[in-house]
Amino acid sequence: MNASSITLEMCVIALGTILMLADFWMPAERKKFAAYTAIAALGGLLLISLSGDGVCSVFGTAFNGAFVEDGLALFFKRFFIVAAILVLFMSVEFSDRIAAGISEYYSLTVFALAGMLFAASANDFAMLFVSIELITITFYVLVSFQRSRLGSLEAGVKYLILGALSSAFLVFGIALIWGTTGKLNFNELAAVAAQFETNKMFLLGVLFVMVGLGFKIAAFPFQIWAPDVYQGAPTPTAAFLAVGSKAAGFVLLLRVLFMAIPSVVHTHAWANLLIVISGITILYGNLCAIPQRNLKRLLGYSSIAHAGYLLLGVAALSTSGQAAVLYYLAGYLFTVLAAFTVICLVMRQTGAEDISALAGLNQRSPLLAATMMLAMASLAGIPPLAGFFGKFLLLKSVIEAAQATGNHGYYCLVFTALVGVVISLYYYFGVIRAIYWSKETPDLSPIALSSPAKLTVWICIAGMFWIGLFPNTVLNLANEAAQTFSR
Amino acid sequence: MSILTYILGWPLVAALVLMLVPRNYRVIIRAIAVLATLVSAVLAVKMFAQFVPGANGYQFEQQIPWVESLGISYHVGVDGLNVGLILMGAIVAFAATLCSWEIQTREKEFYILLLVMSGGILGAFASLDLFFFYFLHELALVPTFIMIGVWGRGERKNYATFQITLYLSIGALIALIGLIALYLQSGANTFDIPKIIEHAKANPLAVNAQNFIFPLLLFGFGILVSLWPFHSWAPLGYGAAPSPTAMLHAGVLKKFGLYGLIRIALPLMPQAAHGWMTFLAWLCLGNILYVGWVAMRQKDLNLLIGNSSVAHMGFIFLGIASLNLIGVTGAVLIMIAHGFLAALTFALSGYIYQKTGTLEMSKLGGLCRQLPFIGTALLMAAMAGCGLPGFANFVGEVTVFFGAWTVFPFVTGCALWGALLIGALYMLRAVRNILHGPLPEQWNSISDASNVWRKLPYALLLASLFVFGVWPRLLTEKITPDAQKIVAMANPAMEKPGAVAISEIHNPQSSTRN
Repeated sequence: MNASSITLEMCVIALGTILMLADFWMPAERKKFAAYTAIAALGGLLLISLSGDGVCSVFGTAFNGAFVEDGLALFFKRFFIVAAILVLFMSVEFSDRIAAGISEYYSLTVFALAGMLFAASANDFAMLFVSIELITITFYVLVSFQRSRLGSLEAGVKYLILGALSSAFLVFGIALIWGTTGKLNFNELAAVAAQFETNKMFLLGVLFVMVGLGFKIAAFPFQIWAPDVYQGAPTPTAAFLAVGSKAAGFVLLLRVLFMAIPSVVHTHAWANLLIVISGITILYGNLCAIPQRNLKRLLGYSSIAHAGYLLLGVAALSTSGQAAVLYYLAGYLFTVLAAFTVICLVMRQTGAEDISALAGLNQRSPLLAATMMLAMASLAGIPPLAGFFGKFLLLKSVIEAAQATGNHGYYCLVFTALVGVVISLYYYFGVIRAIYWSKETPDLSPIALSSPAKLTVWICIAGMFWIGLFPNTVLNLANEAAQTFSR
Repeated sequence: MSILTYILGWPLVAALVLMLVPRNYRVIIRAIAVLATLVSAVLAVKMFAQFVPGANGYQFEQQIPWVESLGISYHVGVDGLNVGLILMGAIVAFAATLCSWEIQTREKEFYILLLVMSGGILGAFASLDLFFFYFLHELALVPTFIMIGVWGRGERKNYATFQITLYLSIGALIALIGLIALYLQSGANTFDIPKIIEHAKANPLAVNAQNFIFPLLLFGFGILVSLWPFHSWAPLGYGAAPSPTAMLHAGVLKKFGLYGLIRIALPLMPQAAHGWMTFLAWLCLGNILYVGWVAMRQKDLNLLIGNSSVAHMGFIFLGIASLNLIGVTGAVLIMIAHGFLAALTFALSGYIYQKTGTLEMSKLGGLCRQLPFIGTALLMAAMAGCGLPGFANFVGEVTVFFGAWTVFPFVTGCALWGALLIGALYMLRAVRNILHGPLPEQWNSISDASNVWRKLPYALLLASLFVFGVWPRLLTEKITPDAQKIVAMANPAMEKPGAVAISEIHNPQSSTRN
């Protein structure tokens, strides 16, 4: 196996570069087509390299084992490209609100995608750090892209400071691990990790790496940035943060925990640590979401809560738990992007992103109203949408772990998750109520939808129903991907 | 395709169709909803008539694999336990749709939710797969919250919505955890209920696992059925709900938890069940006596009916707690009878509210003069509610008492007192306050249910109560053989002597009934 295994990533980086260069000769009014070309190119890549017999289905490693192509990488690469396509569609709708440099916005989104693709294949701490930095640094720019808006700048600064801090932890952790074990490659580390189980320096290093990854997935206690950044960032960026960046954090977390240090993780203490983090994240996200009035902020807290639900599957420390995480992420992709697309299309004037701005949406655009309702119902885990089956799988994996290990912490975790789900019904229903049954309806002007916007919305709706009603395909993919860990 | 798929499918398909109908085509929207539930009810009657009592296994079965890797499949089928429930559910759904003329705003959404709810309930009862059993119940439950929150009435609407959502979601999720734990513990690696039961016959669940899972199911389902002391959502929620929703929920959806206990918890976890049954029997007294007493003090008709419906759940729990053939048969009988009765009373109170704008009993009076049809129906419903012979409730209650007497004589004695005295007191007092006495001036001009369509739901529900009241054999011959299987599994250690005891009690009891 050689450098040809990174063809997909190279194509994506080339695409980003071309988008940036296209700015020089493309007239301003034609820039939309740059985005559509990028979408078409990504669609082509999805079909060519990620289909059943594409380039990426040839499994193996490259660059001395730093880059790995396996079932897990394949699953996440498909995931990231689908997410990027939908986010680019959303960005086109958002382009009128970005004062200058829209081509850069598209190309930075594509560069962030490249970082996520590398993250999906990272099999080495150096690779992990580089891919995370590629994602995070592009997001520093993307978050503060609306330069004339104070909120956007504030969000950018917050993300920069906290992101840099967490990167420092991450790199310090990697240094400690390397210093104690002399290994950076996950497979090599796995072979020797058992000897270092009691080495405090090594464990401290692992914990610092967890801090860095916990920041990406917005898990407690590293969640503090999420609501502010979601609120301030341009809507497509917030959507990409919620889906892409979080999923990248999860794929790296899964790889580090279950490929680099499996012998260390499968202990009582680690299980308890993950249980506590997951439980607190669920409660924190859900409780703080209750009083929110700003819709994007609410989704920020809800994304913290969902990080907690996803950690249920990680804490289960089992193949079925990992498969449940992957399945849940797939449902989460369509659900969250549906919600953000509606926000992007409805709330054109900045500053009016309150839930009350959704009032009368049912009359203004029944399609968008239905999409938002479905997205909220899916986030709340109501059948027959994607969120229900995903939560079912996560709970099942935790109960399975409880029965297999006899650790009572798992039972407490299940009941915490249950409380979280019940709390979340309140604020998700609040959004639905604002759409359909609010008393004051100040603005009843119909919302005109472009056909790409309609397409995006329909893709998201179809995704939510498809994953919820016909879970077989995605579940089999997730199971195959999770098999990677048991090899 | 099994007839069951059509019974539960028509309302769901109609809900999808309604989404495409423009909202100002009110007549068409209503016609589609009525037609779909009518077809479903007619098919249910047909299925009930074709059902062969005591046949081996399940009838009208259909199975389509859904998620093979987990062993989940769409599997429907009926035996004696759920055939009557599905019939009752389909009839109540039809009656509830007919009663929905009282909804004047946002009809389209209301009918869509009502149809989803109907299809979901019928599906939950028909399902022989644990996952779909829960999934379809949840599908029916969520519309309930929305309907109460949006179309509900009264000042305490928001509080009621909040409380009912909180209680029922928690109950449903606790039951879900129990069901998942059961699936994992059974080791059968399938969600198929018949297969799990088959598997459990050969490899019974470990007792400590049973002791963990059974309370989850008992209290999860118990909250859904308003088991005392988790009942406070029920009167409040029903008081605030629009009457079609109250009809469907109190009549049909609430029986899901009881059905789950009988179908799943008793046969799979017999040892744990035995440990909990005495406790459950005492809790039923809370339902029957305490809530009955609360019902006596109510001034609002809907709160009274809501409390009385909670009290009736006590009899069903008592039947289940007795764990013998007669008790369980009686429990299923009351489930069906109470379904019709609860739907009827909520439909009638909805009519009175629609006409007078109040349900406070002190403001009402003498309505029988203005509303001869509705008044008579209410009187008959009240009689059925206090267990008058001739109505299906009497048959069920008397059977439960016969079954429970052998196991819990003291509890049964107290429950009898509650059924006869307390039930009669509050029901008759309500009848006196609402129907008799002087007619207040302002109600001089209110009109009775005039045409056939308006009368049909009440007549249909009353007729069902009456038919099963005078001819309970229609139900018992179907229920008994399958209840026997459940009871045999729930009493594994004493199968032989138990069977003798059951046949001994069975004879005098069947002679009373005939």
